[in-house]
Amino acid sequence: MTEWKNTADIVVIGGGIIGVSTAYYLALNGMKNIVLIEKGTICGGSTGRCGAGIRAQWGTEMNCRLGIAALDIFEQLDQELGMSVGLNQGGYLLVAYNEKELETLRKGMELQNSLGIKSRQINLQEAREICPGLAAEDAVGFFFHGRDGHADPFLTTFAYLEAAKRLGVVCHRHTTCTGILVENNEVRGVETDRGTIHAPVVINCAGAYAQFIARMAGIEIPNWAERHEIMITEPVAPGVCPCMLMSFSGNYYIQQRPHGSIICGMSPAGHPEDFENRSTWQFIEEMSKTLVRLLPRTKGIRIARQWSGLYDMTPDAQPIIGETDVKNFYHSTGYSGHGFMLAPVAGKILAQHIAGKTPDIDFSMLDYRRFARGEHIRESNVV
Amino acid sequence: MTMQQKEHPESEEIYVCRCEEVTLEEIREWIDRGYDTVEELKRVLRVGMGPCQGRGCQDILMREIAKKTGKSITEIEPATVRPPAKPVRIGLLAEEGEK
Ligand SMILES: Cc1cc2nc3c(=O)[nH]c(=O)nc-3n(C[C@H](O)[C@H](O)[C@H](O)COP(=O)(O)OP(=O)(O)OC[C@H]3O[C@@H](n4cnc5c(N)ncnc54)[C@H](O)[C@@H]3O)c2cc1C
Repeated sequence: MTEWKNTADIVVIGGGIIGVSTAYYLALNGMKNIVLIEKGTICGGSTGRCGAGIRAQWGTEMNCRLGIAALDIFEQLDQELGMSVGLNQGGYLLVAYNEKELETLRKGMELQNSLGIKSRQINLQEAREICPGLAAEDAVGFFFHGRDGHADPFLTTFAYLEAAKRLGVVCHRHTTCTGILVENNEVRGVETDRGTIHAPVVINCAGAYAQFIARMAGIEIPNWAERHEIMITEPVAPGVCPCMLMSFSGNYYIQQRPHGSIICGMSPAGHPEDFENRSTWQFIEEMSKTLVRLLPRTKGIRIARQWSGLYDMTPDAQPIIGETDVKNFYHSTGYSGHGFMLAPVAGKILAQHIAGKTPDIDFSMLDYRRFARGEHIRESNVV
Repeated sequence: MTMQQKEHPESEEIYVCRCEEVTLEEIREWIDRGYDTVEELKRVLRVGMGPCQGRGCQDILMREIAKKTGKSITEIEPATVRPPAKPVRIGLLAEEGEK
């Protein structure tokens, strides 16, 4: 058990990929006395429940910039952190089912290309070369980016955690934040169920619970939590779905992991907002129908496990990163179903800013006050 | 060769989780690094994540954690049980839905 101290220079709330990567980059940028607190265990929130897809095929400029910068980091992360994060770049194959969607994806591709992302439109035959056995005759178009893929969410988070610990970051699991100390509109630390930690800087990385942490400091953010379901099959021989097969209107994502299991998800109607990680029979039935329709050869494969997790949503499906009305109290949250893939760059740029450096990407537009100002444009490319 | 090595010669690894091929040695190594809950060991090693869902290995895992942390086995939380109870064929479920 790590030693408890009641002072720190920085407290990070949340032991998901966002909190852990932020703590790592803060330490890497020379910050000292960093304490991370997590109410349960590391990866017990959305991070350990996610599909762990990584892509640069986005519809807004900011998401594209973050997506490609994250890919650049992921590609050298094993060396940087000294542990494998299980990166597999089989590409993302996006499927369009109607003209309107085709047009949206085409515009997205043009934007991506203008930012150096080499996505391209392909036909059914090419799609079948990438994803053998694909039976998407009803599709009207396909888009592909070969550098997209996925990594292991557990290994990525633990690799960041182990590297952060080596740089002196202290991690307290089973420690719940119960209050934020604020004086004269400046943050002064956190209250927890194990005692108070006084600190001049506090970062809220509590995922779907970030709205409650924000409220402890008197800050309102328009975030909400949606339940999304997902399942995994027994491991089978490779080649069933080597790329991430995804459709926004078709409401699915499917990919075989290097280890042989096929992981796939779709969003249940109504997106329950009850903070319960429940799983339903309707989901595996619907998902199975989708699988058999798209990839008929999955028929004989057995489902090993199903579960669910929370998306931490914002009104424009882009994250909230930056300082709040309470001085030195920061947010890094609202990742709207794509926080795993953005974590490397999100942690890096916020840490650079807090360390007084110029961040690699100017993220000022991700300020939470954009919603009150009505300046937000919604991301189209989300499931 | 010391007694220790005789009991666990390196060439003869002890597999705790046969589905995911996780050895006792790996489990002990990660518990020492502070990954001392069933949930965390599962996440870092995939132990208990195979088709048998931990039926064969969870008891051993809990016993190892108890031994290393000095806690009693009743204080160790087992992993969350996830449906389906037994692996089900995708084709079967897809047909069920057609009716
Ligand atoms: C089914 C599903 C599929 C997904 N697929 C993808 C994908 O393919 N690609 C992708 O990039 N993203 C995906 N996501 C989204 C991704 O999981 C999240 O955006 C990401 O994990 C967010 O990380 P986080 O660290 O902010 O949140 P979390 O991992 O939830 O971490 C927040 C942590 O804060 C802790 N916490 C909360 N309250 C307190 C408190 N009071 N005190 C202390 N600690 C507290 C929680 O216990 C939790 O561990 C998916 C999500 C789901 C549910």
